[in-house]
Amino acid sequence: MARRIYLDHNATTPLREEVVEACTRAFRSFGNPSSTHFEGAAARAELERARTRVASLLGADPAEIVFTSGATESNNLALHGTLAAGRAPGHLITSRAEHPSVLEPAESLERAGVKVTRLAVDASGRLDPSAVAAALESEATVVSVLWANNETGVLQPLSEIAQAVKARGALLHVDATQAVGKIPVRVDALPADLLSGSAHKLNGPKGAGFLFVRRGLELEAWLRGGPQERRRRGGTENVVGIVGLGIAFELAERELPERAGRMAELRDRLWEGLRATLGAVRRNGSPSHVLPNTLNVCFEGAPGEVLLEALDLEGVSVSAGAACHSGSSVASHVLLAMGLSLEQARASLRFSVGHGVDEAQIDHVLGLLPRLVARVREVGAR
Amino acid sequence: MSTTAKLAFPGERVVVAMSGGVDSSVAAALLVERGCEVVGVTMHLAGDASRCCSLDDADDARRVAEKLGIRFYVANYTSQFRSEVMEAFADEYLAGRTPIPCVICNQRFKFRHLLDRARALGACAVATGHYARVERDPSGGRHRLRAAIDSAKDQSYFLFDLDQAQLAKALFPLGAMRKEEVRAHARRLGLATAEKPESQEICFVPDGDYAGVVEKLRPEASARTGDIVDTGGRILGRHRGVHRFTVGQRRGLGISAAERLFVVGLDAAANRVVVGQAAELLARQATLKGVSWVAGAPPDDPIRVTVRVRYRHEGAPAELRLTGASCAAVHFDEPVRAVAPGQAAVFYQGDVVLGGGWIAGSLQ
Repeated sequence: MARRIYLDHNATTPLREEVVEACTRAFRSFGNPSSTHFEGAAARAELERARTRVASLLGADPAEIVFTSGATESNNLALHGTLAAGRAPGHLITSRAEHPSVLEPAESLERAGVKVTRLAVDASGRLDPSAVAAALESEATVVSVLWANNETGVLQPLSEIAQAVKARGALLHVDATQAVGKIPVRVDALPADLLSGSAHKLNGPKGAGFLFVRRGLELEAWLRGGPQERRRRGGTENVVGIVGLGIAFELAERELPERAGRMAELRDRLWEGLRATLGAVRRNGSPSHVLPNTLNVCFEGAPGEVLLEALDLEGVSVSAGAACHSGSSVASHVLLAMGLSLEQARASLRFSVGHGVDEAQIDHVLGLLPRLVARVREVGAR
Repeated sequence: MSTTAKLAFPGERVVVAMSGGVDSSVAAALLVERGCEVVGVTMHLAGDASRCCSLDDADDARRVAEKLGIRFYVANYTSQFRSEVMEAFADEYLAGRTPIPCVICNQRFKFRHLLDRARALGACAVATGHYARVERDPSGGRHRLRAAIDSAKDQSYFLFDLDQAQLAKALFPLGAMRKEEVRAHARRLGLATAEKPESQEICFVPDGDYAGVVEKLRPEASARTGDIVDTGGRILGRHRGVHRFTVGQRRGLGISAAERLFVVGLDAAANRVVVGQAAELLARQATLKGVSWVAGAPPDDPIRVTVRVRYRHEGAPAELRLTGASCAAVHFDEPVRAVAPGQAAVFYQGDVVLGGGWIAGSLQ
């Protein structure tokens, strides 16, 4: 396979060499962190070092970090652990532009009797904090917000939302999976009660994630089967993955401002180039309240999944921004929630830059796109 | 493979429609061996209810693609397939005809939608695992659709509705192979689909339950009971919907009679199933509509052809006359049994397909 250009860092990211090295070392320290003996203690020490690293990036106390298998589990734990644990009668407020790992638990909670409110987002993809405030009926409420949307990169007005939630004495869960490592995510500055994230979106391994649980919050385990993680998550910890998670967070903490600036440069170069060469393109979502690395573009008249395949065949990896299970794609619920037509949603692609991307690659993609878009449009127009 | 010499040179990009069966797997493998840049695409057509084209089959196709080292995608056409093929199939049955959805699937899906996608991907052709051959006129003239070498597997019948432009971009790498050779090749390459059983049925009709599929798509069909009559109009029994019957059918009539009775006609307007004796099934003539000429242009009129009136029909010599813009009449030299409206009548001269049409009616 010739050299590839990977512009799908919101799907997952390549591992940093430092992470690979740390994980490789961790494979050899095989102990069970719950064991009392020497080997167990060694593994436990690795785990706690990683916990400290995660807590440090987030401005949290290590005791507030629960390790999970990833953000999907973290979101399930956050919602089920608070709402299914009988904060009766229970009310979940979320949006229509959430990740499926919140939308699907919301559906299951709804079937179990929890009231679910799904707020609309505006054309730029943002929630109205006053709509959140208006929906808050009691303190037995959990508000769950995807800070940075995975498809559009759009950032929610989280401080305002948090203010409204706290004013009502309700709980705030933030899915920060895409935000961590791209913008500052600090729970000492943001009054979130729960915050989810994973390792593989910031150059760590798959299969490791975390849930920040603010001290004092009662959270029932969702995965039961042992005393691990202070009884909030049963099961022997994925030590290797968690070690990688810790290193990825340490790198992110060290590099964040520079990393974000670099991402924004590349992303803006791509957008400016697209506008100059293609003309008829529109950018989906707020251009100002957005992750530095994400660009979601509608190529009117060009089916996104075909354009994605055409780019893939030329060595460029992007995403059609649509839920793709084994390839059977449907239009993005996020773009539809923002008011795009079915046609527009299906003609949209997500570009997300990250570690390893450079100007030459962006320019190469800009060189390819006019021809590919024209070819796909020509056929799409039949 | 001289028949495809003008298409798919080494290095050229070709899209292969991979169903997850052994035939399309080997078609892809042969093009890889030729040095083409092969892109495998599984068309997700009938949804998960189907036996073929399901996501399980897509997984099989993906495994083969991985083994061959080619790129592979799943393309979702379920909503178009449902309206253009499945619902049309149900409506044909309800109108008293016996449809062949595979012809429409080839014409509209494999060689229109997928061909469009292939063009958008910069591919020069679409290849399938069909057993048929395309001969390309070296002088840049017409393309000829021919039956496969393996006459037991020949599928040219299902491809009659393609036009010259589609044929120009169609590749059938198995056209000169026998089925055993195809399986042997798959085994040699260690393809996961090498021993997969043959798919004989229509992909969205599980276990041959046509009536069940029609009733699921058109629930009102199940309530349409009516009379079974003889050719003189005498009522012999009751039926539970004309969609449960096909001209030529003998079983499932639920009538006891001295002689063997067959379905000889379906009168959907009167909601009647007409039965008769074997002799009453014989037709001397068939009228056709939607006639198309895969060979390029209508032939001289009239013309001598061999006509196949269903897939497994060996063909009957006949004279073909054009009766309108896309209408024709076929006069068989000897009477032909069970000419069913809705099936295709495909015209051959030797092993060359000239064209075909849809059977509208027949005359004794």
